Amino acid sequence: MLSIKDLQVSVEGKTILNGLNLEVKAGEIHAIMGPNGSGKSTLAHVLSGKDGYDVDGGSATYKGMDLLDLAPEVRAREGMFLAFQYPIEIPGVNNTSFLKKALNEIRKHRGEDELDAIDFLALIKKQMELVEMKEDLLKRPVNQGFSGGEKKRNEILQMAVLNPELAILDETDSGLDIDALRIVAGGVNKLRSKDNAFVVITHYQRLLDYIIPDHVHVLSEGKIIKSGGKELAFELEERGYDWLLEHA
Amino acid sequence: MKAEKENPKQLTEEQENLQKIADKEYKYGFVTDIEMEEFPQGLNDDIIRMISAKKDEPDFMTEWRLKALHHWRKQKEPRWTKLKYPDVPFDDLYYYAAPKKKDAPKSLDEVDPELLATFEKLGVPLEERELLAGVAVDAVIDSVSVATTFKDKLSELGIIFCPISEAIHDHPDLIKKYLGTVVPYTDNFYATLNSAVFSDGSFVYIPPGVRCPMELSSYFRINASKTGQFERTLIIADKGSYVSYLEGCTAPMRDENQLHAAVVELVALEGAEIKYSTVQNWYAGSKEGLGGIYNFVTKRGLCAGKDSKISWTQVETGSAITWKYPSCILKGENSVGEFYSVALTNNYQQADTGTKMIHLGKNSRSLIVSKGISAGKSSNAYRGLVKVSKNAENSRNFSQCDSLLIGDQCGAHTYPYMEIENPSAHIEHEATTSKVSEDQIFYLNQRGISSEDAVGMIVSGYAKEVFQQLPMEFAVEAQALMSVSLEGSVG
Repeated sequence: MLSIKDLQVSVEGKTILNGLNLEVKAGEIHAIMGPNGSGKSTLAHVLSGKDGYDVDGGSATYKGMDLLDLAPEVRAREGMFLAFQYPIEIPGVNNTSFLKKALNEIRKHRGEDELDAIDFLALIKKQMELVEMKEDLLKRPVNQGFSGGEKKRNEILQMAVLNPELAILDETDSGLDIDALRIVAGGVNKLRSKDNAFVVITHYQRLLDYIIPDHVHVLSEGKIIKSGGKELAFELEERGYDWLLEHA
Repeated sequence: MKAEKENPKQLTEEQENLQKIADKEYKYGFVTDIEMEEFPQGLNDDIIRMISAKKDEPDFMTEWRLKALHHWRKQKEPRWTKLKYPDVPFDDLYYYAAPKKKDAPKSLDEVDPELLATFEKLGVPLEERELLAGVAVDAVIDSVSVATTFKDKLSELGIIFCPISEAIHDHPDLIKKYLGTVVPYTDNFYATLNSAVFSDGSFVYIPPGVRCPMELSSYFRINASKTGQFERTLIIADKGSYVSYLEGCTAPMRDENQLHAAVVELVALEGAEIKYSTVQNWYAGSKEGLGGIYNFVTKRGLCAGKDSKISWTQVETGSAITWKYPSCILKGENSVGEFYSVALTNNYQQADTGTKMIHLGKNSRSLIVSKGISAGKSSNAYRGLVKVSKNAENSRNFSQCDSLLIGDQCGAHTYPYMEIENPSAHIEHEATTSKVSEDQIFYLNQRGISSEDAVGMIVSGYAKEVFQQLPMEFAVEAQALMSVSLEGSVG
């Protein structure tokens, strides 16, 4: 589904990703771990098409397409979803109508009929149960006045409604208390299937107690220095990143 | 949605003219179409008499117009605004022009495709498109019959809703009693000019205790022929009555006259309420800033009686230049004035708009919500006055003035003036300036929404408080209009 080869990315002349390789297949959950400044969020941003990053080399292929060539909204319509580390507030824009617009853009792109208000409400109500979100958050402006935990749950709700093929979770666990963490992770677990894939970016091993990854990768100085199964996460928890960095 | 001031044949000609002008030196800044039945250029007593005679007006009207003209001669064009524009060649303008009907397109096939594309984007119903595009077919007849039905219903309630020229004939007493009482002919340069030469406009009278059962719109006005550049509207809500009036159209309105100087007067007697909503989308000029309407408007409401209320809501997206301050004189005790405004400028548009709330009566209250949106190289100024006179005990005002910037080449300015002569007054003013951030656009992009739609959503969200004041149908159209008006403002 996603194939990244020797990806090199810089910001204002400073190299951030330096020859990154990653293969993600449908049905898999990949965890990307690493210390601060290792390039985790850059990877999420470059994959989703955020401005301000220069791709100096390498390639990223998504469902056979040159991913880096697609506009961000086209990537989204093709089923790529980024759960933001810091969800953005959009004052005055109703959360429900925003999400309806997003879903219908994706459906339109797929050649499907747009959902009307009634069908959409039925869908959203069902998916809200996944993230145990209060209904009044639907009536509020997008992320405005939401607590940190509510914003993250709102991201997962959007993911549940948009039903992406590839979801990238950028430090979704940061700033969450244990209950919220459990709910967010529960949402991911209910959504996972043999047809979709998740890339879970996290600083801590804690999230991986709830979302069991198939593969764990350690990112350092812009490249993956070690890959393994879920046990690698436990090892990191126990020994920290230093033992790996020394050997890198 | 109303249909007037449209003539696509002339529109394409105007575009050609604009293109020609774009190709050569821009000399006067004024385009005058020649396919018109016109009086001679310029302004003098004879022209005024001709206008008045053409309309078969009673003598008092002719005299009033002449007094206005003589006063206007002594006036200077105001230049205290933030607006920059070349001198208007008043003596070269035509002050009375009736469009010739013969060249009207016979079907939509003959209409400028760009205009049709805009109708599509705005979601203008098919049956209204021909009307708006000025196609000379049955649609117009249909609208007249619809209008007639409404008119019967209104007259049963004693409501008068007609062109002001008709009211001058049929209801001279009401005209004599109220015309010029809120905006006297001596008021300001443009209002004075309007008083001398006004072409037509709407007249509304709501009798005591009547709640007007429908939104009145100039769209439904019978004989809604071109009212031209000097529109005059007078609305009187008698004791305990209510009326909501809609002016304008979300479809782009083009006009061969570049200078517009309209006057709107509202009078609310004891316990009456007037809600006046405007969506203004006059031709704004080309992306390069050529052409476009100069819109100098005087709008003022008088809360004459106790417990009366006047509420202005405006969505301003058009015109090259907007000079407009819908105001309330809160004379009655406990009277209420409201002003909700969204002013959007793009490309080279300039807007200097705001309101005046003049508190004269005890316990009078006013609310100002102004949302300025600037994109491109445009300039957007809010100018507002809150005045509390000596006798206006316990007056209250709350003002919220927000500016939103798109890009880094536009300007937003806020000029709040306050004159408080009574120590019991309660005045609050809040102002913010924000930018549409790249992060917001990216967030929406990442959910599958294009940048253009994203900016439209962000702007609509920002202006929501004002849109909520508009009648439902109008609000939906106004939001679509935001997106269309901002086209090309993001890369």
